[in-house]
Amino acid sequence: MTAIHLQDLDIYYGESRAVQGVNLDVASGESFALVGESGSGKSTILKAIMGLAPDWTGTIEVDGAARSHGTDRAFSAHCQMVFQDPYGSLHPRKTIDAALAEPLLIHGKPNRDKRVVELLAEVGLDARFRFRFPHQLSGGQRQRVAIARALALEPKLLLLDEPTSALDVSIQAEILNLLKRLRRERGLTYLMVTHNLPVVSFMCDRLAVMRHGKIVETADVATLRSGQFDSAYARDLYRLSEPDQTEQTP
Amino acid sequence: MSAPLLEVENLTVTFPTPSGPVNVVDGVSLTLGTERLGIVGESGSGKSMTGRAILGLIRPPGRVTADKLAFEGTELQSLSARQMRKIRGARISMVMQDPKFSLNPVMTVGRQIAEALRTHENLPRRDVKARVAEMLHSVRITDPERVMGLYPHEVSGGMGQRIMIAMMLIPRPRILIADEPTSALDVSVQGQVLDLIDDLVRDNGMGLLLVSHDLHLVGRYCDRVMVMNAGRVVETLDARNLHAAQHPYTKGLLAAVPRMNETREVLPTLDRSQWAAT
Repeated sequence: MTAIHLQDLDIYYGESRAVQGVNLDVASGESFALVGESGSGKSTILKAIMGLAPDWTGTIEVDGAARSHGTDRAFSAHCQMVFQDPYGSLHPRKTIDAALAEPLLIHGKPNRDKRVVELLAEVGLDARFRFRFPHQLSGGQRQRVAIARALALEPKLLLLDEPTSALDVSIQAEILNLLKRLRRERGLTYLMVTHNLPVVSFMCDRLAVMRHGKIVETADVATLRSGQFDSAYARDLYRLSEPDQTEQTP
Repeated sequence: MSAPLLEVENLTVTFPTPSGPVNVVDGVSLTLGTERLGIVGESGSGKSMTGRAILGLIRPPGRVTADKLAFEGTELQSLSARQMRKIRGARISMVMQDPKFSLNPVMTVGRQIAEALRTHENLPRRDVKARVAEMLHSVRITDPERVMGLYPHEVSGGMGQRIMIAMMLIPRPRILIADEPTSALDVSVQGQVLDLIDDLVRDNGMGLLLVSHDLHLVGRYCDRVMVMNAGRVVETLDARNLHAAQHPYTKGLLAAVPRMNETREVLPTLDRSQWAAT
């Protein structure tokens, strides 16, 4: 089944067209990556799916249902987003407890108290963090809170916008392991934006390489690992990311 | 190896906190010759503070102490603020992480670079302009005349960082401290900027102190690598032998990075309790 279906998608910011003619299908249960340089339009696609970039034409379908141009409540129960910067995405004056209970409250879910405790446990945070404020947590802990909040409504689809690029490598490893485990346990579908090709190799099944608002090439992870891309741009991106890897092999 | 440009012994940077003073840099010693030394560590390891302390950029309530902090044999700690200004920028200069925040938004690129030169040298206006154009050319900006008239918002991130480098190198310093010079840039531009720094440092016989969180990047562009954690030097090794690192912290950092050909199901994570880091 298709979880996300994008057809002839154009997204505009005022006069400028940030994304043009994107066609993409992500299967249910798949982990799919959008990669590219800054300004290539990869984050904009996530925003349009979420309803945060409302000026678009074309088709966006999530699990067979057409998306509206704004945010809507039923959709947020189905699909959630995790943002890049865990320092900016949590309300500084709300405790972790309040941040996690808020989506439950909005959607009128029962047993909020119990759910918050479960959510913390699920992302590997100790219960003592529950009544702390974001500034009392490290970047990695905050990103765990952001993931817990995204999971609160038990969505089937997670949109991940550079979830680890603001974190140290050792913390990145922890968060990537967490995301991988959650996907396995809950059968989630991921659409992830990143500029880091090795992260894609670890996390994803397929990827699309973007440039100047268009998809240059769609490939599976085996292609990424061998670097045998069809397009010159994707090969360039691979070559520039690759030296790290050859040196790393003991 | 050449005579050291910079000698640091037992450098400590202390900040007061509600629960008592904390040493963010705790007894770091290093020497830098005409070579490229990398300082790597995670956030909070004290790597940036080390670079800043050398330039005397730690403001109160932070305190810097060192048994020795000498540039070409001159003890920096004994200099007045005025004498220090003659060294900072002119003899030792620093490239910061993000050109968006380090360039003056209301001044053209040409004027900013010229200012860096005029502050340290007294030259006729025509010579200043020629030096600026020549410098922009050496950071591979092909049309210096046009770029000199642009404002920072009119240039890309990669070009902004090249302009920063031009500004830092125009007084012909002996040491360049580069603090995460490419973290804000795309991979395609990162390589160009680092190659450029590398060429300029080699051609001018300078010392480079490259501060970064990226072990592989530092391994590629430096001769020696110093690994820091929680304010202390964990180990110093030849960049060539980075993979033969002995300390479990360095090994842990290396292993935690995903590889292009990744087949591990789970990435190894650091057991932080071992080094008492946060």
